[in-house]
Amino acid sequence: MNIMDSIEGCFQLMGGDFTNAGTASSELKSTLSKLGVSQEVVRRAAIAAFEAEMNVIIHAVAGTMHYVVSSEEVRITLTDMGPGIEDIELAMQEGYSTAPDWVREMGWGAGMGLPNIKKNADRFKIDSVVGEGTTLEIVIYTRKD
Amino acid sequence: MLKVNDVIEKIGLDIRVSGDMHKHVTGCYISDLLSDVMAHSKDGELWITLQTHPNIVAVAVIKGLSCIVITNGRFPEPDTVKKAESENITILTTPKTTFETAGLLYNLLRSE
Repeated sequence: MNIMDSIEGCFQLMGGDFTNAGTASSELKSTLSKLGVSQEVVRRAAIAAFEAEMNVIIHAVAGTMHYVVSSEEVRITLTDMGPGIEDIELAMQEGYSTAPDWVREMGWGAGMGLPNIKKNADRFKIDSVVGEGTTLEIVIYTRKD
Repeated sequence: MLKVNDVIEKIGLDIRVSGDMHKHVTGCYISDLLSDVMAHSKDGELWITLQTHPNIVAVAVIKGLSCIVITNGRFPEPDTVKKAESENITILTTPKTTFETAGLLYNLLRSE
């Protein structure tokens, strides 16, 4: 890949909009592919973005997914107006979830999302204020070295 | 390697949405937990599930799955069909149980 300047974009996410869940991440996936980002990086970015997108749809009122692609990295930032995370360390534990039962019946809310984001990211940061919202920053390096 | 249309023909599945029928079926993953499929399925796998809501299409797109098979006589919801058509994802159904479907597929993939 040879991007001189960085390329960026933004998606709006609506809390509770399960029908359109994944639209932002699918578009991001195809954008990255078209930019010539390696398949492995596209795969990891799409998985991390989708898990984060689902969290916004499940837990928040609304949010945004912003991405920047440069020759060095893919950086995805999700900011939401949601309940916030009380205990980030606990939320990062596999199997821990605060999702309601009806969301679990859909096959979500197994407490696997945040660990899966971490697994696919090279750098991952959560900032959260209870009662205000959460910001996730996901960085995936585009260079192999 | 087997393609989606070979699998349909050989184990007898009903086509609900016809997407990319020439995609290679690299294996199979079975789960009704979407989070689990997100974490553990691999590119090109056929996914057997009981879930019928539109999010299964998004999971298949993001994970690059070859197709979705819904078992036990269940059908995809109308919104799921619409989404699969626009994303070019194949959805198949069968009256057979997940166990029977998996058994047939296991033998087919192993014989290749």
